[in-house]
Amino acid sequence: MTKNTLGGKGRIVGGALLILLFLSPLFLPRFYIYLVSIILLTGLLATSLNLPLGYGGIFQFHHAVFYGVGAYGAALMITKSGLSPWFGFVVGPLTAAFLSLIMGLICIRLSKLYFGMLQISLGSLVWIIAYRWYSFTGGDNGLHGIPVPNAISSPNGAYYFTLLVTLLSLWTLHKIIDSPFGSALQGIRDNPVRSAMIGINVKLHQLVVLVIAGFFAGVAGSLFIVVDTAVFPDMLFWTLSLEVLIMCLLGGWFTFLGPMLGAAIIISMRTFVSGFTDYWTLPLGILMMLVIFFLPNGILGYIEEKLHRNLIEQTIKES
Amino acid sequence: MDLIYAIFSPTLMSQIFVGLSRTVILFIVASGLSLILGVLRIPNIWHGSLYMVGAFMTFTISGAFGGGSVGFWIALILAPLGVALVSLIAERSFFQHLYEREHLMLLLLTFAFSLVFGDLVKMVWGMQYKSVPVPQIFQGSVHLFGGLPFPLYNVFLLAIGPIVAVALWLIVNKTKIGKISRAAAVDREMVGAVGINVSWVFAFVFMIGCLLAGLGGALVAPTVNVSLGMDHTLIMEAFLIVIIGGLGNIWGALLGALIFGLAQSLGILIWPQFGIVFPYAAVIIVLLLRPTGLLKSTW
Repeated sequence: MTKNTLGGKGRIVGGALLILLFLSPLFLPRFYIYLVSIILLTGLLATSLNLPLGYGGIFQFHHAVFYGVGAYGAALMITKSGLSPWFGFVVGPLTAAFLSLIMGLICIRLSKLYFGMLQISLGSLVWIIAYRWYSFTGGDNGLHGIPVPNAISSPNGAYYFTLLVTLLSLWTLHKIIDSPFGSALQGIRDNPVRSAMIGINVKLHQLVVLVIAGFFAGVAGSLFIVVDTAVFPDMLFWTLSLEVLIMCLLGGWFTFLGPMLGAAIIISMRTFVSGFTDYWTLPLGILMMLVIFFLPNGILGYIEEKLHRNLIEQTIKES
Repeated sequence: MDLIYAIFSPTLMSQIFVGLSRTVILFIVASGLSLILGVLRIPNIWHGSLYMVGAFMTFTISGAFGGGSVGFWIALILAPLGVALVSLIAERSFFQHLYEREHLMLLLLTFAFSLVFGDLVKMVWGMQYKSVPVPQIFQGSVHLFGGLPFPLYNVFLLAIGPIVAVALWLIVNKTKIGKISRAAAVDREMVGAVGINVSWVFAFVFMIGCLLAGLGGALVAPTVNVSLGMDHTLIMEAFLIVIIGGLGNIWGALLGALIFGLAQSLGILIWPQFGIVFPYAAVIIVLLLRPTGLLKSTW
């Protein structure tokens, strides 16, 4: 979306960024490679949240639960089943999508805030199971040292795998938003009654988008295993869901690349801040307040608005 | 006779009483949350932090007055008032500017506040556990049903619960400000049109709701380790209670707290490892049958 409005310039910047991302293992130290991998997969998580939230207008308050379930699904498949580890990366996202379907079927009857709060309550049930079932999920310790396939177990291997899967997922998500389905979705967001009148099945569209979002959150969760070889119950705690929501808001929740930008800013900031103080939630909270009051459309939303206004002024001048 | 004894076994009865005293705390916190949700339409995640702040304030105030019984009783009054003051300042300087915006923004603002207060509590009170002594007259325990001991302080909690419920009912239904706030919950503009300053009505309701969070924290302080992170689980439980009771319904909050508290304490009896799952499962069953809660919601 941003690329469209920015035109040629945006394409050049995007291309340069891609080349930089592919070459970065050549010059970045190992820690930064890890950091960029985390940013990429968290950005994917935020982008997948933005599909129901920004484009669908659905109050998806507990998105992290699909991220966590994707990670747990993949991890348990790898450690307990004895099948090829690659299989786990398919099972993880599918488990997340299935959970999303179940929770969607229960929640979709309700609207807006009620939907979000019911989702939080169902999600916390999933969290408590992961948190307490020591023999299966490892309880509050989670699972550590998950054996990922050799090809992607080195830091660079994990990085390239994360990069490729993230790019592929983003491309798919972009295609979905650009498709007639995506347009119908945005129509539902802007005016659900009118959309229903012209023959769009509102609930079905919303359910499908929830399942898609759950699937890609599961993909992000499986990628976390590749990068970190661990899962823990905090990955599906509700505070993470709201943190991801902040990422969407900060980057711009009506833009496609906004959530990725928000994830990059917040994760870099956390790494930077935790270098010299134990207090991280205080600066995060203050940043959030500033965004809510002064940048309600996020950074990319603000830039887009500004560019749009310049364009209009230019056209007026020319005529 | 044996059957009766089996059904009303001492363990079961004492576990029910434990559940009921937990219910009181849950109800006090959840009713404040429900009040704010019903009138202001704010899903107040900050509520949990205020509960935590209330507990920590009780520790400090009761310590400042010698740490004995007198200190605790003073703290029980001052800590909720302190929390109410903090919330009033926050409402006047931040929340009131966002009422016209989307609920999502309000939710995120309350989350921002809970993030900030999590670190503030860490700065002021440190990472250590704090414990508040049980006041003199409620130390020790009574022996109920076959001799199992039951802490006297929990008996005190059981007495407090109904008092708070009735007081809240009187405020909401019998006082002028209560009636105005109920009207404002239904139609804000109309209430403004008849010449009432709705903005201050909202501030008042927000303050009362947060006062209840502080009161819950102060009451729970002698029974638990006052610690960081006590806000996170409680706010989740309070939210669930409000949802199954019906948003904005005070009696719904009581009913929800009963279901939650009893499911928790009886669940531990049935299946110790997964006792904590029972209340959540109960919530889901209720919601599958009645998606909008047990009692009528004000929305």
